[in-house]
Amino acid sequence: MKRVPITGGKMVLTPDEQAIETKHLGFTISPHEECGVEEAVRIVESQGGEVVVLTLGPPEAEEQLRECMALGADRAIHLVSGEEWDAQATASALVDAIRGEEPFDLIVLGNESADAGNYQVGIRVAYALGLPVVTGLKGLTVADGRARCEQEVATGRDVYDVALPAVITVKEGLNLPRYPSVPAKLRANRKPVDARPVERPAPKLEKLRLVVPEGSRKQAEILGEGAAAAPRVVEVMQQLGVA
Amino acid sequence: MTETSSLPTTARAVVIGAGIVGNSLVGQLAQLGWTDLVLLDKGPLPNPGGSTGHASNFIFPVDHSKEMTQLTLDSVRQYREAGVFTESGGIEVARTPERMQELQRRMSSAKAWGIDDVSIVTPAEVKELVPFVDESVIVGGFYTKSVGIVDSLRFGTIMRERAQEQGALSVFANTEVLGIDVEHGRVSGIRTSRGDIATELVVVCCGVWSPKIARMAGATIPLTPAVHQMIDVGPVPHFKDTKGTIEFPIVRDMDTNMYERQDGSGLEIGSYAHRPILHEPEEIPSNEEAALSPTEFPFTERDFQQQMEDALELIPDVLNDESVGIKYAINGLLSLTPDGLPLLGETPEVKGLWSAAAVWVKEGPGVGRALAEWMTNGESEIDLQSSDIARFYECQRSKEHVKARAAEGFNKTYGIVHPAEQWDSNRRVRLSPFFSREQELGAVFFEAAAWERPQWYESNAPLLEEYGDRINRREAEWESRWWSPIINAEHLAMRDRAAIFDLTAFCIFDVVGPAALETVQQVSMRQMDVANGKVVYTPVLSPSGTFKSDLTVMRLGEQQFRVVTGGAHGMADLKWYADHAPADGSAQITDLTSAWTTLGLWGPRARDILASLTPDDVSHEGFPFGTCRTVEIDSLRVLASRISYVGELGWELYVPMEQGAKLWDLVWEAGEPHGVVPAGIGVYGTTGRLEKCYRAFGFELDADYNVVEAGMAWGKVKTPDFVGKAAHVEHRESEPAAVLCTLTVDDHTSADGTKRFMLGREPVLSKEGKPLVDAHGRRSYVTSAGAGPSIGKHILLSYLPPEHAVVGEELRVEFLGEHYPVTVACNDSTPVFDPENARVKA
Repeated sequence: MKRVPITGGKMVLTPDEQAIETKHLGFTISPHEECGVEEAVRIVESQGGEVVVLTLGPPEAEEQLRECMALGADRAIHLVSGEEWDAQATASALVDAIRGEEPFDLIVLGNESADAGNYQVGIRVAYALGLPVVTGLKGLTVADGRARCEQEVATGRDVYDVALPAVITVKEGLNLPRYPSVPAKLRANRKPVDARPVERPAPKLEKLRLVVPEGSRKQAEILGEGAAAAPRVVEVMQQLGVA
Repeated sequence: MTETSSLPTTARAVVIGAGIVGNSLVGQLAQLGWTDLVLLDKGPLPNPGGSTGHASNFIFPVDHSKEMTQLTLDSVRQYREAGVFTESGGIEVARTPERMQELQRRMSSAKAWGIDDVSIVTPAEVKELVPFVDESVIVGGFYTKSVGIVDSLRFGTIMRERAQEQGALSVFANTEVLGIDVEHGRVSGIRTSRGDIATELVVVCCGVWSPKIARMAGATIPLTPAVHQMIDVGPVPHFKDTKGTIEFPIVRDMDTNMYERQDGSGLEIGSYAHRPILHEPEEIPSNEEAALSPTEFPFTERDFQQQMEDALELIPDVLNDESVGIKYAINGLLSLTPDGLPLLGETPEVKGLWSAAAVWVKEGPGVGRALAEWMTNGESEIDLQSSDIARFYECQRSKEHVKARAAEGFNKTYGIVHPAEQWDSNRRVRLSPFFSREQELGAVFFEAAAWERPQWYESNAPLLEEYGDRINRREAEWESRWWSPIINAEHLAMRDRAAIFDLTAFCIFDVVGPAALETVQQVSMRQMDVANGKVVYTPVLSPSGTFKSDLTVMRLGEQQFRVVTGGAHGMADLKWYADHAPADGSAQITDLTSAWTTLGLWGPRARDILASLTPDDVSHEGFPFGTCRTVEIDSLRVLASRISYVGELGWELYVPMEQGAKLWDLVWEAGEPHGVVPAGIGVYGTTGRLEKCYRAFGFELDADYNVVEAGMAWGKVKTPDFVGKAAHVEHRESEPAAVLCTLTVDDHTSADGTKRFMLGREPVLSKEGKPLVDAHGRRSYVTSAGAGPSIGKHILLSYLPPEHAVVGEELRVEFLGEHYPVTVACNDSTPVFDPENARVKA
């Protein structure tokens, strides 16, 4: 799970273009991972077991670990580092922590983080652990030591059936994560977080600068106001083939 | 309605900000006949992204402040008329006995301000009204039937569109203000992202952004954006079958600084319990950058932990349900001011630049109407004296001060705030030259206009023994708070011997120049064309003949008048005088507050003391009452003014600030053989004043009552014109609807045998316990209360309907839920102590 800024407004970079300006932004669980946590919690709720949530991030990432535990995770491991890690170093640190948790049945990751979007960590973790990996899941069924994994593709769904233990990476839409209740929030505060400081290895990737991509420009077009707008609305509906 | 396409080049007034206040204001101005109005907002409509957009929109009408209650009641009336008010009822619940006492105070305030649909309810009754509350954690509640929720955005739209339909207003959304032009201290125009408008009037209704906008014109609007946290949970199975937005009364969990309100199938939980989280207007993101709205900051959950526990305790039926999730949580921004009150009126720095800031949804429409009236008629029906933006001294406008007081005040939003409660933060800003002497004497300092001013002196404790039984001890904690029996002992020592008072907090300004007389005549009700050396006490009237202020004016020369007024309202008085000075500069007004200090010396021995200090004639004949002159005391030249607010022979002694310490020492030394004591404002402002039935601005004197009702229409009306004259003449010719009376308490014994002492603002009732209402619908309440140690009685002032304003009339006063017998002692300004004023004129 990764702590990422909540976006929604216009993205602004710091003057040195090395980071997203977060002074107006809150932080959240990267959305793919929120679905991942929800999925893991549902599996444990129906089949028993334990959900452990793992992050590599700054001290403040404890907030997101608590959010995950409010969704139902049982405990958390926090690899504490305020620095930015590349995908390779991140995967390697996660793997070290995961090895201490063996045996396990399923490692769930987000398909990619909402901020960096490197699409690498899940695959690197699976490779290092020597486990099968299925990425970009929008559907998951776990039963009898196997996982039925569904990917959304242009023509429908690709389905993979893998033996556990396995690594999967999931996408938003896999499920609709619950809103945590007040008691769940309060329980989350009492759940254990195992915080372990970690040293970042020398980076192998160099960040030059960030660029905010040009968004899809006009997202809403005002067709008019009141009754005067009706003819244009009809016209558009006809173009769309719904009228 | 669509907005006009191009910005006009001129406007009669430009209102910035289309929140609840700006919209209300333009609607009201149009109704009063204004045209060529422009309303701007940098955000989109109907929700431009300010605090109105995320407001909880509920209204509890009862407040201890009369002004805020009146504004709220007027707002509710307007919301109801517009069809955007839904009555839900509301309960303030108590978890402690202290809070129950406070809720009894709420009952008193409700009765005093004319709100009758209120009651104290038991935990079981709370449960009946709000079934999801766990009644076992509360000890009772204060129920107000007329609590409700409003659609503040819809109301704003209605008001705005009404003005547009009248052809009085053009509206421009998505239009940013870039600058405000000021020429010769007056607004001349406004620059926006759509072009410039020439205008002489700009009203800043920009909520949390107001300081930033005012600064463009070189003015200050002293508020700070602050966070109020709220969360929405749902869907609540309990609310499944409810219709509309709200069916259950809103619950304020006062002791945890929180509220819970049903909103459709959800429940909103809000808090004023967290640490004060203050921001700068510059830190607020633009509409584009904000993830939600600019004033909905990311929720900081760590600040809401205890609140979740507290809410769970009060409403477990809703919150213990695991299916009820937290769906929305924000740190919403609102505006806080140094004294918790709005910032209304023309800024003292820039003519034509008005402020309508720090206004919440509950009082928004009322403020809009009052401000529109003020802009149109020079006054409003509802007295806005406590909210007047001109009330601040320079040092009270600093960012640090605003932040310190806002932080301190935030957690008192639902607090039990004693009427005499003192601020802790940012003290010792203004120190009188007597400060170190006072400290040595164990002065207990209260704050007045940012000055440290002794309320009483611990060094006077031995006087308690001297006066023994003549001093009432207060048994109950509430009335003993911020009070000492020493005040009464100082009072008696003053009446027996003499006392000195630190009056440095007076606001002092000079009006000088060829038009000085004309200016003071225009503003003062009493004759100002008097001989040099005369001191005149005068009411200052509003155009409708009610009280704008009361103060004393010394004529120091042909073209020099020195105005001395109370510290609290001094800056507003100064602005009022300045506003009435000729535009050509022929009368200049100079603030001398920080230049002159004042030492009061009063008591039967005052003359002996002063005579021992000066070779000048201070005999009654040589230095008559109501005159002032310079006398020499040692090496000091002292302006002595023979008047009194405590009913004793004596003088106000004025010297330049830096000579104050020497003056104190000289008077102190000369006074010692005469038994002089230092006395605090507890005597000056309360006990001494009340025994003489002297009226005080902000207590007896406000815009709700006129001079005749206040019993101050002595003598003839002067010939020269003055503000409020026509109305005043009319008041003299008609019967007053209320008469200011002095009452004394006959029995202080409460049901449990404790003696209780009223503190002021309590409702005055008939012998049968019914509220007294005058012909104008005004309720009788205690305007001032305090001990009268010399007459051995607790004194109350109150306006009574004429049929009750009869000496000897027996009435009741409600205090903390119980009724106490009182009797009318005077029905005019005749003092209850020394009715002949022999002492003052000795």
